[in-house]
Amino acid sequence: MTDQAYNFAYLDEQTKRMIRRAILKGLAVPGYQVPFASREMPMPYGWGTGGVQVSAAVLTPEDRFKVIDQGADDTTNAVSIRSFFERTANVETTTKTEDATVIQTRHRIPEVALSEGQILVYQVPIPEPLRFLEPRESETRKMHSLEEYGLMHVKLYEDISRHGHIATAYAYPVTVEARYVMDPSPIPKFDNPKLGDNPAIQLFGAGREQRIYALPPYTKVVSLDFEDHPFDPSKADHPCGLCGAENSYLDEVITDDAGGRMFVCSDTDYCEDRQASGHRGKDAA
Amino acid sequence: MRDTALLSVRGLAKHYGAHIGCTDVTFDLFPGEVMGIVGESGSGKSTLLNCLAGHLDPDHGEVFFDTRAEGLRDTIQMSEPGRRMLGRTDWAFVHQHARDGLRMGVSAGGNVGERLMAVGARNYADIRTQAEDWLQRVEIDTTRIDDRPTTFSGGMQQRLQIARNLVTGPRLVFMDEPTGGLDVSVQARLLDLLRGLVRNMGLSAIIVTHDLAVVRLLADRLMVMKSGRVVEAGLTDQVLDDPQHPYTQLLVSSVLQV
Amino acid sequence: MIELENVSKTFTLHNQGAAVIEVLTDVSFSIKPGECVALTGASGAGKSTLMRMIYGNYKAQSGAIKVGGVDLVTAAPRQIIQLRREHLGYVSQFLRVVPRVPTLDVVAEPLLALGTPEDQAKARAATLLSDLNIPQGLWGLSPTTFSGGEQQRVNIARGFAHTYPAMLLDEPTASLDPKNREVVLQLIEQAKARGAAIAGIFHDAAARDRVCDREIDVTCFTPVAAA
Repeated sequence: MTDQAYNFAYLDEQTKRMIRRAILKGLAVPGYQVPFASREMPMPYGWGTGGVQVSAAVLTPEDRFKVIDQGADDTTNAVSIRSFFERTANVETTTKTEDATVIQTRHRIPEVALSEGQILVYQVPIPEPLRFLEPRESETRKMHSLEEYGLMHVKLYEDISRHGHIATAYAYPVTVEARYVMDPSPIPKFDNPKLGDNPAIQLFGAGREQRIYALPPYTKVVSLDFEDHPFDPSKADHPCGLCGAENSYLDEVITDDAGGRMFVCSDTDYCEDRQASGHRGKDAA
Repeated sequence: MRDTALLSVRGLAKHYGAHIGCTDVTFDLFPGEVMGIVGESGSGKSTLLNCLAGHLDPDHGEVFFDTRAEGLRDTIQMSEPGRRMLGRTDWAFVHQHARDGLRMGVSAGGNVGERLMAVGARNYADIRTQAEDWLQRVEIDTTRIDDRPTTFSGGMQQRLQIARNLVTGPRLVFMDEPTGGLDVSVQARLLDLLRGLVRNMGLSAIIVTHDLAVVRLLADRLMVMKSGRVVEAGLTDQVLDDPQHPYTQLLVSSVLQV
Repeated sequence: MIELENVSKTFTLHNQGAAVIEVLTDVSFSIKPGECVALTGASGAGKSTLMRMIYGNYKAQSGAIKVGGVDLVTAAPRQIIQLRREHLGYVSQFLRVVPRVPTLDVVAEPLLALGTPEDQAKARAATLLSDLNIPQGLWGLSPTTFSGGEQQRVNIARGFAHTYPAMLLDEPTASLDPKNREVVLQLIEQAKARGAAIAGIFHDAAARDRVCDREIDVTCFTPVAAA
């Protein structure tokens, strides 16, 4: 069997130590982007190489692992990462949010509130919130170290001047513990309120960009806004078509070529749970 | 007349290896004064300006600035965050090329508003009102507030850069060839605008240029530089009309008459 | 008000074999408030040079030039600028202005620089311009396009906008028609009456005789070697 040729959870121990040191540093300085020596992983950049390395570094044989991609447990990315760790770490896997001890996610925070002891690992494409306004890395590092964040509001100003409201709907920048401005990865801004004061540990891994950052439990996280244009974690104004949930984040699903569509929970586990306990939406079969 | 200098420079020097960038520069700039620094290319005038504005680390010397917040401070000994803070509040820097001083991907309003937001403005309507006010002051039609500077003419870009710099009410403006690269007719309008702003806001300014006509119109006094050294200094019209140093005489007599 | 003590002036032309030209030596005289003094002497005697030295435009090699107590030979640039703003006016023969600035603003500028409210400054400018017969239709235009005589009158209006205690006049009536000449002479008389000390160059002998209290022949300060 090839499985024996791998160290537990794929990465060699030296690499894990290096990544764990980066994680600990990230937890010690919430919101600060810690550089780390990202390894080649058996998947292309952009498919979660950062998240996979962080997950590999924190997994223990006793963990129960869950992977979601845009909230769903059953998409290609989620299925392949889950099977990767089943094979290389031999850990138990689950789709139940409450049962999981480590959850790797792309673009969502689960609907069910997380609890102490859980770790949420985010896959991050571009960790630098200032990148699109200031292309020079030397300059953005200086801006972070000197807390020069006026530029972040310029981005929001531009949104309002162009659209009449803050049109940034995902990867909405936040201030962590009144210090670092952080990109929460491309989660919808609907999920932003869950970042703060969360009992779980939140870890962010960017493989291609070689950065790790973190939010320890119960961290204060504030979404940037203007006094007269306050942050609004809006979502599509519909209930879920399958489970009838009023307060979950929804995906719009096109059902035919005649403009038919339905809105369903993006968190599949949450939706299935609700349906199992008898909730029904208007589009439920 | 106030006797506290806004900027006191003592024995400032910057070397590039064996080459002298500028050396032995000493002067006081008083509130409301506009000083021109003239000299040919390579005379060290831009090096001096960049040392004064904190963009370059000088090798020797002291630069004391009378900060609004804490009074007289040596800006060379000051921490970098402190210096950058000055760069956003008490100081302004107008680049020769507007695109070095503007964010070309951000609207005119955003460009003007950035310094406000950088010092903590968090009310969109207020920021926008101030941006509109400043566009008017620099004679840019306020209907262009949401346009990017890439759609502006060279003169408009330069005026926008000035608005962006002055919106936080700085006390000292560094200008590096502010009219360089502009059409003559556009230059005249910009000079008149600058003169009015300097007078109405009580600004002090240091203007680096090789254009003697610009300093005659804008500067109260003049420093003439050659090979990194100040060879002559004094009242602008005195230096230009009765130059004492051989180099200044050459410089003044080399200007084409129109 | 204006006092000169042992003032001398040389020009050193470094780019022409360091030739040294002695222009004036040992100039001493004073002008009291309310007094108008004509500087006379042949062309090249150094009348304009002397005026420019009193204005701080040319640098004296030695001596003292005091206007209102400030010595222009040793004063810092900012002291000279303040002196010019508040105490010392100069009407030159040539108008030098920022292009494209309207005439009314050009004339009002010395008052604006003193902090006079804009409406008051412009009202004073308008009075002077109409007294000097500049058609109102031209006030909104830049004087750079005006005729020589018009430019000269704009220059005079600008020079008399503020009531300086000391004034220097370089050929104020040159190239003016009789009507405007009379206006200018009245302006000078008014300035004297309010106590201004005035030094002037007047080639117009009749004008000189009318407004000047005495004459100083600059030729007597010209070094013998150069004469």
